Amino acid sequence: MSAVSSTAAMADVNLEGLIRRNRRVDLVFAGAGLLVLFVTVAMLSALVIDLAIDGAPRLSWDFLTSFPSRKAARAGILSAWVGTSLVMLVTAALAVPLGVAAGVYLEEYAPRHWITDVIEINVTNLAGVPSIIYGLLALGLFVHAFAMGETILVAGMVLALLILPVVIVATREAIRSIPLVIREGSYALGADQWQTVRMYMLPAARPGILTGVIVGMSRAIGETAPVITIGALTFIAFLPPAPVSGGFPFINFDWLLAEFTVMPIQMFNWISRPQAEFHVNAAAAGLILLVMTLAMNGLAITIRYRARRTAR
Amino acid sequence: MASLSAVASGVVYAPDPAYLARRRLVDQLVRALLFLAASLSVFVTIGIVYVLVSECVGFFQKVSVIDFLTDTQWTPVFAQPHYGILPLLSGTILAAGIALLVAIPAGTVLAIYLSEYAPGRVRETVKPFLEVLEGVPTVVYGYFALLFVTPLFQVFLPSLAGFNLLAPGVVMGVMILPYVVSVSEDAMRAVPSGLREGAYALGFTRFQTAVKVVVPGAFSGITAAYILAMSRAVGETMVVAIAAGQNPNLTFDPTEGAATITAYIVQISLGDLPQGTLEYQTIFAAGLTLFLITLGFNVVGFFLRKKFREVY
Amino acid sequence: MDYAIKKRSAACDGAPGAANAYRAKVMGLSFWYRDFRALHDVEMPIHDRKVTALIGPSGCGKSTLLRCFNRLHDLYPGNRYQGEIRLYPDDVNLIAMDPMMVRLRIGMVFQKPNPFPKSIHENVAGGLWVRGIRRRSVVDERIEWALRQAALWDEVKDRLQGSAYELSGGQQQRLCIARALAPEPEMILLDEPTSALDPIATAKIEDLVTDLAKTVTVVIVTHNMQQAARISQYTGYFHLGRLIEFGETGDLFTHPKAKMTEDYITGRFG
Repeated sequence: MSAVSSTAAMADVNLEGLIRRNRRVDLVFAGAGLLVLFVTVAMLSALVIDLAIDGAPRLSWDFLTSFPSRKAARAGILSAWVGTSLVMLVTAALAVPLGVAAGVYLEEYAPRHWITDVIEINVTNLAGVPSIIYGLLALGLFVHAFAMGETILVAGMVLALLILPVVIVATREAIRSIPLVIREGSYALGADQWQTVRMYMLPAARPGILTGVIVGMSRAIGETAPVITIGALTFIAFLPPAPVSGGFPFINFDWLLAEFTVMPIQMFNWISRPQAEFHVNAAAAGLILLVMTLAMNGLAITIRYRARRTAR
Repeated sequence: MASLSAVASGVVYAPDPAYLARRRLVDQLVRALLFLAASLSVFVTIGIVYVLVSECVGFFQKVSVIDFLTDTQWTPVFAQPHYGILPLLSGTILAAGIALLVAIPAGTVLAIYLSEYAPGRVRETVKPFLEVLEGVPTVVYGYFALLFVTPLFQVFLPSLAGFNLLAPGVVMGVMILPYVVSVSEDAMRAVPSGLREGAYALGFTRFQTAVKVVVPGAFSGITAAYILAMSRAVGETMVVAIAAGQNPNLTFDPTEGAATITAYIVQISLGDLPQGTLEYQTIFAAGLTLFLITLGFNVVGFFLRKKFREVY
Repeated sequence: MDYAIKKRSAACDGAPGAANAYRAKVMGLSFWYRDFRALHDVEMPIHDRKVTALIGPSGCGKSTLLRCFNRLHDLYPGNRYQGEIRLYPDDVNLIAMDPMMVRLRIGMVFQKPNPFPKSIHENVAGGLWVRGIRRRSVVDERIEWALRQAALWDEVKDRLQGSAYELSGGQQQRLCIARALAPEPEMILLDEPTSALDPIATAKIEDLVTDLAKTVTVVIVTHNMQQAARISQYTGYFHLGRLIEFGETGDLFTHPKAKMTEDYITGRFG
């Protein structure tokens, strides 16, 4: 082979041009990355600004406290946001205990067994099932087979099932990231598994679980397809019965069985109309929805950020 | 709770056997409850399959499978009904195709940029931003596609119809982009830095390292990201329901409007749905088709990941 | 601190072929990881086509110095150099050069074998590909040469398209050596190349290093003193970022001039 130094001398001549060419490719790619970033930011900004411009003028106390109406100027989202709140209540009440319980089981208790594998495959699979299929499930099973009707309860159930994988995964990751020493310390004291989980691990996993729950709920608020499928009506000019009543037993659950609508459906209904006045209403509703979901996501991110800093 | 028994040189605390037995019972009870919660996901899958298949049994008793798969019209509510799934399939595939054409290349480029080029501070601002993007409700994206993007595109493409597949396709692409980026980027960051250093030490540029070492090293994770994106694109409902129109149309021209499988289900759900009628069953037939498609993606993804599992 | 650098009486112009030629010379090199000074004014020659070993206890800066040679520190923000490493026969300062140019001329093998997730062929061809050498016949010839240099050819010649991860740890490390050798670098840097390997694999690599030195200048970091004694011609002993002593390996190990060197060698600490 050639003497090392002559190879070096020869290589130098080519190397400089080569480096320049490679660097150029490098730069072009970096530019492409920034371009993608820029376009994405631009799109999101355009969306927010457009929504704000169209919808903000329509926001008013009247808007929040009126029922939908055939006259666009008089239409409001009262039934919609009440419906959303109630449905979210049911969703949270179902998804949080079930999701956390399932997550705890899978992470702490599940033995190496084919049943465990089946469960895990199912959780992963369900995370990828389109939301409208959940709607069909609820329609066929809850609304008709179980004869539960098109009610808030069913809506809460279907949304809970939808975000269940999110809560389960968040719980598992939160538990997984707890330092081993906490668990070992608890066992060393003589605690059994449930005591360890209840008194030490769940509290330590709380920020992670909370983040997952908030992200899941923000998804549920914006979900339209499954709720439409189970038959939520789009023109509801009444409110569900109040949970608190004057006479005994003071709290009733009739509202669970009431017909209802939710915010994204109301927005969908308005934007499906050809008249531009209704589009303005849709923009206003959308703005409120957007602010709600962005706020929730922002909250989740902040919690996670704070938890990471204190964990150090 | 504990009984004291004195021993020669000290006091020994021995737990009361009844207490221990109680704790064991509680532990087992908890374990059973948690297992039930975890196995819920299996029941959900079973429920979905059961509902879809049982309604389709009814459907395919009235409509032949051949017709379903080959008829080029989908007009179940017309006087002369046709039950060919092809128009809905073409709408779904076209819209999803456009979305993936946007999300996959742009998402991969951005993921590589964030993982290999961007300084830490940029990455830390962009990642939460992308999470926020994930949280925007799909109805809002639908509004944006219909009332902002379509008019914008019409400036450049005057032949673009008011309801079309191009605008929602592009918007869906932007909507799915954050998922592609975050899953891909996580996979790339998991590639050990020793591999990168080896490449840089040989004289590789950032781009060459990214393309020849990091991306192949993160292949299974990136595949997972793509499969996830495909499932989401095909299962998306509201953006297309709002902006693509609800007219089943067998076409490969994105400037026309068309209905997707998901938009059809929504459309029918908005109306009256007597259970047991053929119209009612059509949404389950459409739903089963969709479910099989996403199931197919998940299965392919599972095997691809298994085959290319990295063994650093 | 006692310094004891054996200066060569002949001019250090690195004329190739001269009996006491230098390939590189570290001159007044200091290095900071942000605010932490990891190297203090290191002065050291690297003899052409000889094996120079850098030894010392953990954290003494030997790996840091090694990575200065191929400017790997430039990959991470906050690192700072001061001083020079002159490369001969060009007489250029490595520290001021374009880092990519440096890395195209000086190769490195790492402590933990790090083959790319690709075939054996593609791994060894990596350095050639990046230099624009892509013609099949040239590449194949170079790959065979490099694998022979790394004493790996016979073991893999029938499965060049197989994945690099199918090889054992020792084989992967020899693969990495072949990969570094294929583009014929002027110098090759070995960062504790055998510390993750079993004794048999270690012996194989030590043998090939001795052979390599006939054509390439080798700088090797090792925490194993016996290894340094076995395969190097020159040794530098480092402690807390300072070069305490440098000299011919035989002399340094049998008659160390500095007390610290003696303490380390006799195992009083380390």
